[in-house]
Amino acid sequence: MSAASSAPPPMPTAPEPAPPGKPRPPDQTESGAPQAPARRRPARDGLRLLLRSRAGVVGLAIVTVVVAVCLASVFGWLAHEPNAQDPLSRLQAPDGEHWFGTDRFGRDVFARVAAGLLNSSLIALVAVAFSAVVGTVAGVAAGFFRGAADAAVSGVTNVLFAFPPLLLALALASVLTRNWFTVAVAIAVVYTPIFIRVTRGPVLSLREIEFVRAARAAGRTAPAIMFRHILPNITSIVIVQITLSLSWAVLTEASLSFLGLGTPPPAPSLGSMIYEARTLVNIAPWTMIAPGLVMIALVVGLNLLGDGVRDALDPQGRGRR
Amino acid sequence: MLTRVLHSSITRRFVTALGTLFGVAVLVFAMLRAIPGDQVTAQFGIESGALTAAQRASLESYYGLDQPLFVQFFSWLGNVLTGNQGFSARSHMSVAELTALSLPVTIELAIITIVFSLLLGVPLGMLSASKPNSARDAFGQVIALAGLSIPAFLLGSSVMAWAASSWGENPNGQAFAQLAENPGLNLRQMILPAAVLAFGIAAPIMRTTRTAVLDVRSKDFIRTARAKGLAPRRIQFRHVLTNALVPITTMTGLQFGYLLGGAIVIEQVFSLPGIGRQVLVGIEQKEYAVVQSTILIIAVCFVLVNLLTDILYRVIDPRVRAL
Repeated sequence: MSAASSAPPPMPTAPEPAPPGKPRPPDQTESGAPQAPARRRPARDGLRLLLRSRAGVVGLAIVTVVVAVCLASVFGWLAHEPNAQDPLSRLQAPDGEHWFGTDRFGRDVFARVAAGLLNSSLIALVAVAFSAVVGTVAGVAAGFFRGAADAAVSGVTNVLFAFPPLLLALALASVLTRNWFTVAVAIAVVYTPIFIRVTRGPVLSLREIEFVRAARAAGRTAPAIMFRHILPNITSIVIVQITLSLSWAVLTEASLSFLGLGTPPPAPSLGSMIYEARTLVNIAPWTMIAPGLVMIALVVGLNLLGDGVRDALDPQGRGRR
Repeated sequence: MLTRVLHSSITRRFVTALGTLFGVAVLVFAMLRAIPGDQVTAQFGIESGALTAAQRASLESYYGLDQPLFVQFFSWLGNVLTGNQGFSARSHMSVAELTALSLPVTIELAIITIVFSLLLGVPLGMLSASKPNSARDAFGQVIALAGLSIPAFLLGSSVMAWAASSWGENPNGQAFAQLAENPGLNLRQMILPAAVLAFGIAAPIMRTTRTAVLDVRSKDFIRTARAKGLAPRRIQFRHVLTNALVPITTMTGLQFGYLLGGAIVIEQVFSLPGIGRQVLVGIEQKEYAVVQSTILIIAVCFVLVNLLTDILYRVIDPRVRAL
């Protein structure tokens, strides 16, 4: 969530004076710009607005718990190892020793759920980070340069949108060497066109606004205009898209590993745990319920956080939902 | 007349779709080239190491692997377009024959799913919109959030286990029955998977309905209808719902397209021999010709469904047609 808290959310208020030494775009409120420049403490303001929405608070709480469990798993603070087998205590119901019971190899389900959660979150984070960076750069370039660059980017976007998302991820995962990174890449390719599409449109209108024309007339280079003047005005769109994409990415990763095309075993993954539990569900229901409920909680948390962030950053949409 | 046809938005949309399909073909071709090894190694396995250079060269020329890449691409594309999409050595059937069996299964599943999700999503969306920010709105929103957040494979696996253990009902344990051969068993095998898929698909339909109904209700003509003294029920169905149908249709078409490829997981859970399962089996058995052609077929269907939705949208909404 560091991306959401450190990026400047545009506020519908009067612009601040430019910090010394750094050129700022001129006053935009009179020129009819969609958003005014960021205020000085963007992280604090964004968080305050997020906490004002009930969905955002619940989502933030769930995601915080998930991060805590992941950290506990990374640093080995849990009582059991996720891959340690104990044949004598196989398929035990949940108790004080094994919070979520044990699976058919006597492995602790809680430790495996924690490790699987870490795995899924990591893949989703890497995938979404990749698609956000590539998609935003491509979308901004397409909208800013128009012409051939726009035609090329839009063509690639159309082609990627021509596949049902899970099918494309599946096809890519099946041709790449299987490890957690290639799974992340496969998911990233699926979600990149979404970032292209949500950024390109606003950039097309931003580039015609006076402060961008002025910057061009002042002889600023294209990369300088894009990063200095255009990017700050579309951050809120990108941040909202990031939070929403995270929940989809978690679901896509789980579907892939359920189908046997995700992270290879023995690394635990929520999707493959649920797949393995299918045959055991009548004698050891906890092997499916535990990873299932945890995954639903994570996706619900990310969805609520996404709704909260959208309400906080998008003044027009507030109260409409 | 001709210029009007050439410049109409539908024609333009059609040309874009053709270009997209060409790009799809290039991508599918390139993806399969990314797999290490070629047709020769795939055919002979580790014994391909024992081939002499001359044998290998003659095999490569037989498969056309010595041709430049773009020649290989166009000869493959020509084959695909003329109905030769490859052959599955395992099932002794051509991909065209396999698809003729599997595509109807997926389409049937998609149609039943869409009917279920409309029956669930539209009333729920209207219920939510009837009183925004009330308890019934919250009820609708929670159901939609659950639909978006509960993965289909989890819901499918648990529903199937639950139906089998508490009712002894597990039609999907039997061999799949085609609709024409045994319609009763076929429908029993379709209902659970369609219901599970519909729960997820109903969520976006519910949200779209809610937004559209709220949007239409704030329009002037609704105020006029109310001022005329029309019955609220008549306004709700005759004026609000018919106008809200435009975005609902678009969303439904989009979801139908997703179902053609997105039902993979549910087809796997419920052992339905649909087109998604054909991709999975092809991947498992390393029959890449099957995978390649099937993915291409799904993408073509997806693009066509989206194109049709777009055209339908222009037909039912006169305001868009005018543009």
